[in-house]
Amino acid sequence: MAQVSSIAEEQAPNPLSASKTILLRISRFNPESDDSSKFMEFSVPYQKWTTVLEAILDVKKHFDHSIAVRYSCRQATCGSCGMLINGKPRLACFTKISELDSDVVTVEPMNNFPVIRDLAVKFERLFDSHQKIKPYLIRDDTELESDQREFLQSPEELENFIQFANCIKCGLCNSACPTMSTDSSFVGPQALAQAYRYVADSRDKGKDTRLDIIDESHGIWRCHFAGSCSQVCPKGVDPAMGIQFLRGYLLGFRS
Amino acid sequence: MKESTIMKIHYGTALASVGLVAVHILMRLTTGFSDSLSYENVLANYRSVPYVIMLELILILLAVHGFNGLRVILLELKQGRVYEKAVSYGVVIGMIALIGYGSRTIIMTNMGMV
Amino acid sequence: MTQDENKEGVKGMANPGRYGIERIAYLLMRLTGLGLLGYFIAHVYETSNILRGRMGWDDFLAMTQTTEGHIFLVLVIGMCVFHTGNGIRIMLGHGGVGVGKPARPDYPYDPASQNYRHKIGIYSSIVLAAVAMMYGMAVMFGE
Repeated sequence: MAQVSSIAEEQAPNPLSASKTILLRISRFNPESDDSSKFMEFSVPYQKWTTVLEAILDVKKHFDHSIAVRYSCRQATCGSCGMLINGKPRLACFTKISELDSDVVTVEPMNNFPVIRDLAVKFERLFDSHQKIKPYLIRDDTELESDQREFLQSPEELENFIQFANCIKCGLCNSACPTMSTDSSFVGPQALAQAYRYVADSRDKGKDTRLDIIDESHGIWRCHFAGSCSQVCPKGVDPAMGIQFLRGYLLGFRS
Repeated sequence: MKESTIMKIHYGTALASVGLVAVHILMRLTTGFSDSLSYENVLANYRSVPYVIMLELILILLAVHGFNGLRVILLELKQGRVYEKAVSYGVVIGMIALIGYGSRTIIMTNMGMV
Repeated sequence: MTQDENKEGVKGMANPGRYGIERIAYLLMRLTGLGLLGYFIAHVYETSNILRGRMGWDDFLAMTQTTEGHIFLVLVIGMCVFHTGNGIRIMLGHGGVGVGKPARPDYPYDPASQNYRHKIGIYSSIVLAAVAMMYGMAVMFGE
């Protein structure tokens, strides 16, 4: 169903930056009432800096209030607005329409996540996988008991894992992963990268515990280094790097 | 068997078979390709014990590597306790069957039972 | 009632576009692996014809030493060389070799693991496979 109409006059365009328009196609699907998804189309004006999220919220404000979309920080920090934009998992707030180089922008819910409605998806599986790898420091003592005031860590030791601590749990990596496309039991690149984040942390003593957890038929060995997770990560976590380093422990390349 | 052990075997069989398969292919190029496939030449190859050992090794290494690869692909396509057990046992049976059938050819030809 | 997991399925797993040469190499690795397994099983069966004596062996040769047979074998050579070359690259990658070093991420957040070393490895495997196929054609069709 196409709705091509202009925005209400309350926001007159800035004469210094003439705006162009794109056709925004939004996937609409309510699992409780619809058999399959359909696309609704809207003509939306944009400027050089307009993000996909802003375009979607424009549509929500002026055309259809019922569009379900998750968002929060609008600055690629919270990880809420992950979706398929022109077929590739991206953060809507971090993707400018101008950089897509297309007159048509298609937004769909992230694949490999169950759909709640429209663009909002369920994250239970991601959270369960994340919890499974014990995403916390494992050691027998605590900072309250040790002789020092806190567990000391050199800048070099911090560099070993800080990149992987940047994960915002947006789920884009799980959406891009080819194994996740077919394997419902795979832990996923997000959980594996976080497993490495803790294994690489010099304060952690739970390396063997975590390696045992991921050493199973749907664990780390179902990663084949396709690298799609790293291609889509918006925070530079590079999960593929972490996963291969983690596998190095199991193969004897690292100790 | 732990998955890491299975995958170490997967990598090990791959690396071990690279050189052996290269020798196997080069044997076909030393005397001219079509001449090397003549009945007499092939029989002569099978009569050579080192060559037969190499063939047997290639058979085992590639059967293990290939069927384990198939197992990995099948496990990723569908999940479930019964299905996964069926895939694991099916792959092992296929592996043993292929090794058995190939070994039969190698041993019988080497012993002159053609 | 289990909710649809919204998985892309085989279509998504087998789609080589969107993510660069590494994803294409992943798909080619799977396809060549399955192709080589099929060839291996057929090869073990066809070479068992030696047990049927000279007549059986010559019958099998008449079937395989044809133009179509040679073209098929050229494809097998290509699959074998690519699978081997890319396999060695992947094995090294799996051990953490050539995937870069961890560092504080900075815009534009280019992933260090998707670096030129592995891209060169993939392209080299493809080029080597092409060269091997040409050599195979020269040997088989040149006689």
